[in-house]
Amino acid sequence: MFSHDQIERNLGLMIVLVLLVVSVGGLLEIIPLFFQHSLTASKQTMTEMPNVKPYSAVRLAGRDVYIREGCYNCHSQMIRPFRGETERYGHYSVAAEFIYDHPFQWGSKRTGPDLHRVGERYTDSWHHRHLMNPRDVVPESNMPAYPWLDKTKAINTVGADIEKKMKALRMVGVPYTDAEIDKARGEIGDKTELEVLIAYLQGMGTALKNTR
Amino acid sequence: MSETQSTYNYKVVRQFAVMTVIWGIVGMLVGVLIAAQLVWPDLTHGIPFLSYGRLRPLHTNAVIFAFGGSALFATSYYVVQRTCHTRLFLDGLASFTFWGWQLIILCAALSLPMGITTGKEYAELEWPIDILIAVVWVSYAVVFFGTIATRKVSHIYVANWFFGSMIIAVAILHIFNSAEIPVSFLKSYSAYAGVQDAMVQWWYGHNAVGFFLTAGFLGMMYYFVPKQAGRPIYSYRLSVVHFWALIFTYMWAGPHHLHYTALPDWAQSLGMLFSLILLAPSWGGMVNGIMTLSGAWHKLRDDPILKFLITSLSFYGMSTFEGPMMSVKTVNALSHYTDWTVGHVHSGALGWVAMVSVGSMYYLLPRLFGREEMHSVKLITVHFWVATIGIVLYIASMWIAGVMQGLMWRSANPDGTLTYSFVEAVKATYPFWTIRLLGGALFFVGMLIMAYNMVKTIAGGKAVDLPVLKPAAQHA
Repeated sequence: MFSHDQIERNLGLMIVLVLLVVSVGGLLEIIPLFFQHSLTASKQTMTEMPNVKPYSAVRLAGRDVYIREGCYNCHSQMIRPFRGETERYGHYSVAAEFIYDHPFQWGSKRTGPDLHRVGERYTDSWHHRHLMNPRDVVPESNMPAYPWLDKTKAINTVGADIEKKMKALRMVGVPYTDAEIDKARGEIGDKTELEVLIAYLQGMGTALKNTR
Repeated sequence: MSETQSTYNYKVVRQFAVMTVIWGIVGMLVGVLIAAQLVWPDLTHGIPFLSYGRLRPLHTNAVIFAFGGSALFATSYYVVQRTCHTRLFLDGLASFTFWGWQLIILCAALSLPMGITTGKEYAELEWPIDILIAVVWVSYAVVFFGTIATRKVSHIYVANWFFGSMIIAVAILHIFNSAEIPVSFLKSYSAYAGVQDAMVQWWYGHNAVGFFLTAGFLGMMYYFVPKQAGRPIYSYRLSVVHFWALIFTYMWAGPHHLHYTALPDWAQSLGMLFSLILLAPSWGGMVNGIMTLSGAWHKLRDDPILKFLITSLSFYGMSTFEGPMMSVKTVNALSHYTDWTVGHVHSGALGWVAMVSVGSMYYLLPRLFGREEMHSVKLITVHFWVATIGIVLYIASMWIAGVMQGLMWRSANPDGTLTYSFVEAVKATYPFWTIRLLGGALFFVGMLIMAYNMVKTIAGGKAVDLPVLKPAAQHA
């Protein structure tokens, strides 16, 4: 007859049972996601969503500014399919739009608004003023100012390893070509961190821009 | 047995116990600072390493892994020796886990303000630190399970099941969520993309809560509550049932962080279902802890340590009711992305995790330094009330702010247009962010009171390592 007492007196048995019990949930919820083609950078997804493209070198560098400054702490990049959200932000976010996002930046808190479809919504100069001092354009905003981004050339920081970055991403499935990698440094040129960040923001969510 | 028996290894327990208080103060100070930045956004104007986006990960990492982690190490090392009637396995390795963990915290404290981050919430540390964490964690497992393997009693005490499952689960979560491709020494990209990355991340993130911040702290509860109350655990059977149910169910609940996102619907529904089920094993733990006091309720009146422990269980019960409720998709549609979530996290983190740790430390510190009790029992009572008022202000303000934000974001005019711009909801939240700042500051002040009491206790005592107790003749 089985008794729980046996487990309580047998360390090896307890460890094995704990391992088995805690593994189930993750295995069943995560593994299937790797076999759903619409969620990954599969041929089929690329054909169905031709507008979703890997980040250009400039936008990739800008995305690394976004990550470095921890923008995800206050901004989501995930519009839920509710009227209140689609009215405010645009078409709800779909899985195929994120197939090149290593890491994902969906966020979990909106101290500021969602940014997934912020691309092309404001001008570059609006973003410039806003990032330098948010309260110049939105008086009630409690977003921090980012004046240091204007003082640093991207090529010295987020762009310094741009070829290595693109090659690393290629290893995990982002289809960068050798030609794209070769001209990456030139594209970043002498842009500031602020400029590459704005380039990243202006590209966000534009794959489904004209869809409702 | 000869009279020259060995002693318990209290040294490593002392080290972690003292650092628990110190890291608690550091982590909460950063919390107070970023709460102030939300009210006064130009507080640290133009200083990159003090900007909100870099400090918020520092706050979460410091309170979870530095404060919570040190509390877990201290209590698990104490409990496993005492309940196994043997000295901690491998002194040198135990010491390595202490210095290794402090080194990890130091690396975090330097790298996060510099903006060196993976950009994954609660897993921001870059890959070399991830590897260091894995090494220290495996050493921790060797020390912990090695001690159990060399136990002098046949039976493994229930607190150790919880600590042990926490060690195993956190190892799995950390290794799989940290899969990343290095670019350079200080930069990597997640191996997963988009939806998969989100699912792996929240499987990790939710179970950092479920195991690091719950199972481990339930282990604490299962030792210190019966000890301080002087009563046996209420129900042995309940502890068996809720242990297995809790560790099985938690691992499924991650997708409730991704309701209505691009994560496939079946995964969201599974996450919600198991989150609802999770109420039962969670309350099993709460009931078992609180009911341990039956027949001894009067002790709550003048024992401030019991006040901390039992109040922590009450907050645990409240948060684990609120959590399943927020995982219901229709509720989540309102609460997600708002300050309600922040309030929920803090009712768990301050009310449950911090309070049970503080109570356990007040039990431990005098015993580690050869004293009967803390320098001032009265100051423990003061700490208790300051902390409790702080928590109530914090979570009440965040509830109101969160529900208000959710309602303002979805509010529509009769013609279908939105009633409020986003910044109108920001503007309306300022008073609540101010109240939250006050609540957080009060909780922080409580930790300062504790630090004073600790210093006085240590100054008036002397480090002692008690001899290992022989097991009683009979064991239940």
